[in-house]
Amino acid sequence: MRWVNRRIRRGPAILLGALPILLLALVYLVVAASRHAVNPNDKILPLPGDMVTAMALLLQPDPLSGRLLFWADTLASMQRLGIGLGISTLSALSAGLLLGVLPPIRTTFGPLVTSIAVIPPIALLPILFIAFGLGETAKVALIVVGIAPFMIRDVAAHVAALPREQIIKAQTLGASSWQVLLRVALPQAMPRLIQAVRLSLGPAWVFLISAEAIASDIGLGYRIFLVRRYLSMDVILPYVAWIALLAIATDLLLAWSSRALFRWAHGAAH
Amino acid sequence: MVQPRAVPLGARSRSLSALLSLRDVWVEYGDKVVLERVNLDIAAGSFVSIIGPSGAGKSSLLRVILGQEVPTRGAILLDGTPLTPECGPDRGVVFQRYSVFPHLSALDNTLFGLECAQAPFFARLFGARRRAAIAEAKEMLTAVGLSDSMQLYPAQMSGGMQQRLAIAQALIKRPRILLLDEPFGALDPGIRADMHALITRLWTDYALTVVMVTHDLREAFTLGTRVLTLDKRRNDPHAPHRFGATAVYDLPLLKRAPAPVEGD
Repeated sequence: MRWVNRRIRRGPAILLGALPILLLALVYLVVAASRHAVNPNDKILPLPGDMVTAMALLLQPDPLSGRLLFWADTLASMQRLGIGLGISTLSALSAGLLLGVLPPIRTTFGPLVTSIAVIPPIALLPILFIAFGLGETAKVALIVVGIAPFMIRDVAAHVAALPREQIIKAQTLGASSWQVLLRVALPQAMPRLIQAVRLSLGPAWVFLISAEAIASDIGLGYRIFLVRRYLSMDVILPYVAWIALLAIATDLLLAWSSRALFRWAHGAAH
Repeated sequence: MVQPRAVPLGARSRSLSALLSLRDVWVEYGDKVVLERVNLDIAAGSFVSIIGPSGAGKSSLLRVILGQEVPTRGAILLDGTPLTPECGPDRGVVFQRYSVFPHLSALDNTLFGLECAQAPFFARLFGARRRAAIAEAKEMLTAVGLSDSMQLYPAQMSGGMQQRLAIAQALIKRPRILLLDEPFGALDPGIRADMHALITRLWTDYALTVVMVTHDLREAFTLGTRVLTLDKRRNDPHAPHRFGATAVYDLPLLKRAPAPVEGD
């Protein structure tokens, strides 16, 4: 049978998918163990035991501030990410709908959105720090500046590409511009909006970690850049894994909610 | 019954049964002339089939009547009143595809027209008004044979069912004129025959005035009370775009009397 025709059933598929991950973990363990055999104090590839010890310290109250650093970092980062994504999503929905449905708005503001979208957001970070100070606002603003233009353009393009027949039909059924926007464009933009959020999760994390690395006193990105000075791979690696886990969980939650809320957009399962 | 032709310009009298009149309508895109000098009177209760070769402006004519496109010259009168160049609830339409909303169930698709009219801001009805609207929508869906499929989404329906839904959705607004743009072109022959029976029944039951564009000659002659053929009268082989199409044949079919329109 040709490879293009091979379909893997669910059980074997999970096994096959897990295989490379397990293999990679195994390779890491072997290499780490061999390095430790040569030098028991090796810091570059820590063994799982070292990571547990290092993380246990971060899970206990910090002697200076009394905070549980791991959870405080997670909470701070998720809060920044959540606010940034929330603002971006709301602006993508409202601006995307207006740009997509109303040609005069598209003609007026389309070029502006496009121009903002091509600016590398990190280049704006100094401006954001100058304008908003080094606090939370600048970090959230970086996420918004980084992902909102892409999401706006994506939603607007999707709405503008709705079949012309639908918009005409709605008008022959008596719909005003507002009603077309509310009942025809908005519901059909929603699955695409969730798709855009999922695609923006990666960039959003990049901007979050960048902002935290440059100016912060708490957060997942702050911590890994802080402990870098001591070559603390035993903290960096668990933190990276934790970030990956958070990202996967968010993505799965969004995918699931899109399927649950907008069944019609997902092959309309009977 | 042959409908009176050549209604005088600006006729406003209801006794002259021209529901829709096109007066010297031209459609041009740049220097490409698509339609030229189209003069038409469409009587209330008639079923007009429009046929013609590809590119003869059949769909352009339909879009002009629909209000989706503005004619370059000329006027279109509905009940003697010039039409605004915008789509409105007085003209219903069924396209070949994309006529129904994929995110709404069959029932919600049909309710849409009622909700838009009765709830300008939210475009949704609640309580007793919603129940009344649902009853009306269910009646309409039953009339097109979708009584068992009200909760289905369009993606779960066959092509024929989607077109039935599109018709129900349009008819609930009681349009003065129903425009069909190759509505059965994408359906297989058996389903198409069912749809012909359906549209004929609805045309009689609801005393509809129908303008249908089709490329199927048999369909045009079986359904229509009048068949219009659009084609170019003149053709310059060196500049084929310089002359537009117009109605070259206008055949009233005597075999079937148009549905009587009463009390309107």
